[in-house]
Amino acid sequence: MSIRKFAVAAGAALLCANVHAQTEIQWWHSMGGALGEKVNELATKFNGTQKEYKLVPVYKGSYPESMTAAIASFRAGNAPHILQVFEVGTATMMAAKGAIVPVAKVMSDAKEPFDPHAYLPTVAGYYTDLKGNMLSFPFNSSTVMFYVNKEAFKKAGLDGEQAPKTWKELIAAADKLKASGHSCPYTSGWPSWMHIENFSAWHNVPIGTKENGMGGTDTVFTFNSPLHVRHLTTLGDLAKKGEFIYAGRTNQAEAKFASGECAMLTSSAGAQATIRKTAKFDWSMNFIPYYDDVKGAPQNSIIGGASLWVMGGKKPEEYRGVAKFFAFLSQPEVQMDWHTSTGYVPITLAAYELTRKSGFYEKTPGADMPVKQLTLHTPTANSKGLRFGNFVQGREVIEEEMEAVFAGKKDAKTALDDAVRRGNDVLRKFEAANKQ
Amino acid sequence: MEKRVVFRSAWLPYALLAPQIAVTVVFFFWPAAQAVWYSFLLQDAFGLSTQFVWFQNFQALFGDSHYLDSFRVTAIFSALVAVFGIGASLLLAVMADGVVRGALVYKTLLIWPYAVASAVAGALWAFLFAPSIGIVTYFLRKLGIDWNWIIQGDQAMLLVVLASVWKQISYNFLFFLAGLQSIPKSLIEAAAIDGAGPFRRFWTIVFPLLSPTTFFLLVVNIVYAFFDTFGVIDATTQGGPAGATQILVYKVYYDGVKAADLGGSSAQSVILMFIVIALTVVQFRFVERRVQY
Repeated sequence: MSIRKFAVAAGAALLCANVHAQTEIQWWHSMGGALGEKVNELATKFNGTQKEYKLVPVYKGSYPESMTAAIASFRAGNAPHILQVFEVGTATMMAAKGAIVPVAKVMSDAKEPFDPHAYLPTVAGYYTDLKGNMLSFPFNSSTVMFYVNKEAFKKAGLDGEQAPKTWKELIAAADKLKASGHSCPYTSGWPSWMHIENFSAWHNVPIGTKENGMGGTDTVFTFNSPLHVRHLTTLGDLAKKGEFIYAGRTNQAEAKFASGECAMLTSSAGAQATIRKTAKFDWSMNFIPYYDDVKGAPQNSIIGGASLWVMGGKKPEEYRGVAKFFAFLSQPEVQMDWHTSTGYVPITLAAYELTRKSGFYEKTPGADMPVKQLTLHTPTANSKGLRFGNFVQGREVIEEEMEAVFAGKKDAKTALDDAVRRGNDVLRKFEAANKQ
Repeated sequence: MEKRVVFRSAWLPYALLAPQIAVTVVFFFWPAAQAVWYSFLLQDAFGLSTQFVWFQNFQALFGDSHYLDSFRVTAIFSALVAVFGIGASLLLAVMADGVVRGALVYKTLLIWPYAVASAVAGALWAFLFAPSIGIVTYFLRKLGIDWNWIIQGDQAMLLVVLASVWKQISYNFLFFLAGLQSIPKSLIEAAAIDGAGPFRRFWTIVFPLLSPTTFFLLVVNIVYAFFDTFGVIDATTQGGPAGATQILVYKVYYDGVKAADLGGSSAQSVILMFIVIALTVVQFRFVERRVQY
């Protein structure tokens, strides 16, 4: 009898302990396919290191989809603890002061070690407010790179080992490829990110006032400068000659390069994993081209990708779990594994060092190019990132106008003036909605 | 003398109607009222701060040349879908009506596409016409046509019209077939005896007698092009390139769901609501009285 009683009591105690131990942390993310498997692996590893918290990663579709889902669930009162938000959503999240908890605060409340200076400046700067508080946790960061099909170059009588460094050289190469009968000399993914946002940082010119919007929501777009017009004119001319083939607003261009259809590509550094796997030709990854007559170019490129935001209104012990997970994620070993297996840049300096020492960059030449490009010079006010409200809409405006130029329906100057005017309407609306 | 059953209860009719009224209120009136309310608000994405801005959202819309352009795109798109959809299905219906052997097989096959979801239809056609890998693209290239709807607005429009028409043909076909079968054979036979050929018989007898059906289908097809083609567009062009296929309903979705601009999106749906009301009035005043099923 007493034994049975004891057993029941012990069982109940165990059950209690179990219930207590498993504080669930919901993490909504947008990492599909192989990346999604990697995210699940991270969660399993983290859950294996401790017993108190259970991290549950949930795939919620594309970046805009998971953000929409999180906004809807926040309005309904059951948001996840951690939400992965793409870089263009940063301003929207930052302005939602009651909906999020700054990462710096989550870490200090939980007394977890956290040093913002441990992160690459171009990465941390993107997610830090002007007072120096890191608001979200950088997770997957990439940048734009320039890919060259060496064999196509050789066939056209070009030196495959010498990738074009400037736009002038790129145009010359495109002309030669076209003359040799190549049907797609150059293509590009992510038109706004590559040709407006990174183009501006790379040439150290502003995209908008107030330090690209980082200094306040009363920012105004300025990307209709003569240099921007010149570049879009260049692209429009290349398109007219059939030397620049437009492939779409996201990463559609990457498949065109990987299949060998296009000889040159500017797109995300994240494309290298796919290209490495599928390309049946010799290729190289290089810095993006620049105009050599522009003073201060090349400066440094800016990131794209996503960061992890902590949503508000949760219990303190749940926040402790979130902090524990972020501390786990910051470990150089974990970061190195993420970096080397996904192609995203290592986000801490320690992880970069560790990867270099491991000899990974000797084995996979070019894998450190994105980091080198991001940290080429100390970031300026024009090149540390951008923060524009409703930039999902803003980017759409920019890309619509760019498409009009690529289709030969508008000239570059008119298109960029229109994009700035329409973009400013979007910014004013955001400013008005987030006055408080 | 008409025989009527009369309920003398005061509450029974209301009780019997209640479920239908409840469904209508919850799923139609309530969301519609909310859309009207939100169209006067300016809100941040998370709903943390809300301001009442009167007609600002509407003003912004009508000051936006791209929104006005979206009306033009919608008009062209609806006209193309309606004309090609009705034309093709009328032709098929007349052909199928004349078939003697295996008529059931033809009819069944023609009705099939109606069971395909719009998103699936869109994906199918997008694959066939994909700029790099599409099988149709391959043949078009051989003919010397530079097919790339990613950047050519007209080609993008053609693609979404094609996909939308293909999906709607079955529906139109059914109505036309029913309409054709209700035309008295004696009329056609009399005309044939008088020496009228098949074309003459069609234009002077069949087509006028089908006109109520055609008019009904015109309204239905325009409503279809306005609202039900969302899936096709989302699965193919997503409104691009440069807004060439951005019909009104797609912009409502984009601004509200993807760009988290609830005020602007609600204002657009209120405008759409007025368009639907206008279409419904047209249908009731001119069509309902004359159409014969």
